[in-house]
Amino acid sequence: MGYTMIQKILAKASGKKEVSVGEIVFAKPHMILSHDNSAAILKTFEKMGGKKVWDPERVFIALDHEVPPPDSKKADNHKAIRKFVADKGIKSFYDCGVGICHQVLPEYGHVIPGVVIFGSDSHTTTHGALAAAGIAIGRTETASVWALGETWLRVPESIKIVLEGKLRKNVEAKDIILYIIGQLTAEGANYMSIEFHGPAMQEVGIGGRMTLCNMSAEAGCKCAMVPFDMHTEAYLKEVGAPKYTVLDPDKDAAYEKVYAYDVSKIPPMVAKPHNVDNVAPVSEVGDLPIDVALLGTCTNGRIEDLEAASRILDGKKIAKGVRLLVYPASRKVLDQAFERGVARKLLAAGAQIGIPACGPCLGAYGGVLASGERAISTANRNFKGRMGTKEGTEIYLASPATVAASALAGKIVSPE
Amino acid sequence: MELEGRVWILDDDDINTDVIYPGKYTYEMLSNEDMAKHALEDYDPTFAKTAQKGDMIIAGRNFGCGSSREQAVSTIQFAGVVAVIAASFSRLYYRNAINQALYCIECPEASEYARKNKAALHHKSMKLDPEKGKLSIGGKEFSFKPLAGQAAEIFKAGGLAEYTKKKLASA
Repeated sequence: MGYTMIQKILAKASGKKEVSVGEIVFAKPHMILSHDNSAAILKTFEKMGGKKVWDPERVFIALDHEVPPPDSKKADNHKAIRKFVADKGIKSFYDCGVGICHQVLPEYGHVIPGVVIFGSDSHTTTHGALAAAGIAIGRTETASVWALGETWLRVPESIKIVLEGKLRKNVEAKDIILYIIGQLTAEGANYMSIEFHGPAMQEVGIGGRMTLCNMSAEAGCKCAMVPFDMHTEAYLKEVGAPKYTVLDPDKDAAYEKVYAYDVSKIPPMVAKPHNVDNVAPVSEVGDLPIDVALLGTCTNGRIEDLEAASRILDGKKIAKGVRLLVYPASRKVLDQAFERGVARKLLAAGAQIGIPACGPCLGAYGGVLASGERAISTANRNFKGRMGTKEGTEIYLASPATVAASALAGKIVSPE
Repeated sequence: MELEGRVWILDDDDINTDVIYPGKYTYEMLSNEDMAKHALEDYDPTFAKTAQKGDMIIAGRNFGCGSSREQAVSTIQFAGVVAVIAASFSRLYYRNAINQALYCIECPEASEYARKNKAALHHKSMKLDPEKGKLSIGGKEFSFKPLAGQAAEIFKAGGLAEYTKKKLASA
């Protein structure tokens, strides 16, 4: 019997020839990611008696969750992080405005295939888009990895998702993953590793793959990956990634479950309040006016996402009373948006473009909802209260095209 | 060691990190006492006000799904909770709980029984022996698999911070 991607990656990361499902291994990461939470992590690190980080080349910190800092306490957190970075000689530090950690990490060549990426953020699964195992851990565990350079993992079972058929017009990776989460449910992949396979993946570029792997976290998975192919190779070359070894799954690998979906049958989808697996076709949600349309975040803040929205918004104005908030995933994305005329189209339609960062996705700043308001968002969570207050608020999750079409209509509508 | 405490029966699946500890507090550096004030704020606003030391929670499936935020574990600990029993846990919550030495007990049978009999059992006393893998509620006994291996070692050290501290000190 052959091995799945995660078995091969964990064997390599733990210095073993092979590992079996259920086995506990100690894995060393290629990189460990954290963000504004580094202010809390560094305190725990110091409490543990940590003097130096095990490898300053492998610690990655990007400031993105409270950017620009909305109050002086958050500014103090950033200041403490900058000091820590300087004291410990941490090489991969990206200050406010460079972008969201999950966009910046691959953009600057820090993700390569066949490795473990640990991250103190649940959407660390994103890095599976480049055939790496992005595995989320908590703050204390991140402090421990900074100190020791490894942590324990149970080798997980794997789910194989095979995507067939051709995507419909105005249907994006976001619609596919919302549909899949609806099928799997919010705990359908709990503890497991997901692999995306099938001919339809050729149509899904790295940006779309990042969306797929990012949102797979909402099915509870440990990691989600797309095997290496020409798209991966081209992206890694473009960002100047260091040398890597590809670890493909074996053809006779053992999967806990295999699901096949025909993507040509998937229409534009939404996740309705207040759970991500509460999905429906956009066309079936009825007449729902919106107050906020959020375009961006680590799920859908890439140039292809902004472009998809700008094509729909081009030459039109968003509905009166709607706030269209745009948070590009990184400075590079924003720069491309300027260069390709995308930013101008968004602005002309009435959008507010923010600094590349997380924005109101997590409800801490940057355009949170008032009580009783409804949002349509390209982000990844619609939990009650997620965007700042639970008082009568509702969050619908959808693709960039659906968010743009809804901003124009002033209510949730399909881009089709 | 047998624990005895008052039980909160949270009759829902997918109780997520954001309702346990809202995002707006996640990047505030709050004291333990202040963190406790927000425990389960967006799920049950009465919880933090009336939780007592030694309380236990019984919930449904996929408890703690969502964010990696560790405060979703510590907030209920600081509010007094010593154990959560659920039909299942999200992997990240379960892992954070081991690292913070909060008992998270996977026991679908106990969860189902407690939810069915919530009217009679909510806020009543229950017993839990995490090492022996036994718990009892409303006169009914349930068994579960106690924590083992590496996870148990971290738990026994008092959590991962203590575990790593010892490891660093002995290196």
